[in-house]
Amino acid sequence: MTAQTTTPHPDSRAVWAAVLALLGVWAVLYASLTPIADAALELMPLERGTHLAEAVHFFIYDTPKVLLLLTLIVFVMGVIQTFFSPERTRALLAGRRAGAGNVMAAGLGVVTPFCSCSAVPLFMGFLMAGVPMGVTFSFLISAPMVNEIALGLLLAMFGWKVAALYLGMGLGVAIVAGWVIGWLKLEHLLEDWVREMARAAQAEEAGIPEGMSWSERFASGRHHVREIVGKVWPYIVAGIAAGALIHGYVPEDFMASIMGRDAWWSVPAAVLLGVPMYTNAAGIIPVVEALLAKGAALGTVLAFMMSVIALSLPEFIILRKVLKVKLIAIFAGVVASGILLVGFVFNAVL
Amino acid sequence: MKNIKVLGTGCANCKNTLKLIEDVAKEKGVEVQLEKIEDLKQIMTWGVLSTPGVVVDGKVVHAGGVPARAKVEGWL
Repeated sequence: MTAQTTTPHPDSRAVWAAVLALLGVWAVLYASLTPIADAALELMPLERGTHLAEAVHFFIYDTPKVLLLLTLIVFVMGVIQTFFSPERTRALLAGRRAGAGNVMAAGLGVVTPFCSCSAVPLFMGFLMAGVPMGVTFSFLISAPMVNEIALGLLLAMFGWKVAALYLGMGLGVAIVAGWVIGWLKLEHLLEDWVREMARAAQAEEAGIPEGMSWSERFASGRHHVREIVGKVWPYIVAGIAAGALIHGYVPEDFMASIMGRDAWWSVPAAVLLGVPMYTNAAGIIPVVEALLAKGAALGTVLAFMMSVIALSLPEFIILRKVLKVKLIAIFAGVVASGILLVGFVFNAVL
Repeated sequence: MKNIKVLGTGCANCKNTLKLIEDVAKEKGVEVQLEKIEDLKQIMTWGVLSTPGVVVDGKVVHAGGVPARAKVEGWL
């Protein structure tokens, strides 16, 4: 790391001004979504109240709304992540005890930049630094499950209450599942070489990256937006289009009988269905929204979503390098039970 | 001659990192000895938490994500 990166940028005031100005533009755009959609529909030879007109209105209102909210959230997350490197998170968690450690790990899992292809080195690095196994699992569960894209889309489509419930439930599952795994004392189910390395812990400590200037943090947020929103927007537009079609044409309670609140078996079915599926959260959520509008229960739909994101076959295959099959099965079982609980609770409460 | 190791289990970003370093080295006319380390045990001995990681002459200089081009130019 060169010295140059640590000196604060001289024009950081200008950068702040630019960010604030962009936020202003964002707010104005967001506030004028409905008038713009209404005006756009006026220009088309469609009569309000018809199926086609409602489907089109849904599409031209929802697409910019979802993309705007997603952009904001991804940007903010990109900036927040610059404060939390995996190295720093590990230092914060080393030597923590179960309980408080699990809570911290789940929270840090949300804000630490994480890519599922790094799951194994991260897992190893945590163990070698003396982070307890259960605490490590809390991190490993929360990082993919409380997904920023999912959070952003839930916020955009169902409001902050559902988004907050999703966040709370995701953290809850990660905390409890990690705690249970720690309590079961399953260290003997790590692959042998992993245990040996963790005991020897001769790994060279990689230094904690140095501080950044605000202009670098904002640049990182911008980069994050380009990387994520730039990649997922076609899925989102396609998803909303599918949602719009269902919106206008499928009868209101079409899904109620198979995914409604009374069909208790739909929650486990949704979790099972989610395991082999591994898509980015962005692609399915708009469809999920349309399902909900047609009478599917929120708990069932959330369980499906969490299962798709948190229980993925490819990740299990990667983890097989460090965990014995039995431990992977326990891991999957504990997380699946947590998700089931979330599904049933949501269906019962809402 | 510099020895550069790219640590990674074979994800897309690791390949991009390798390619980027190759390109920059060619562009600058610097001769480098480039190695790709895919073995997990070896990766762990470097203490890298997120891949891809980059090691230049025995020192970890980068971890997590494809490095910025300017950063790569700085190493060479």
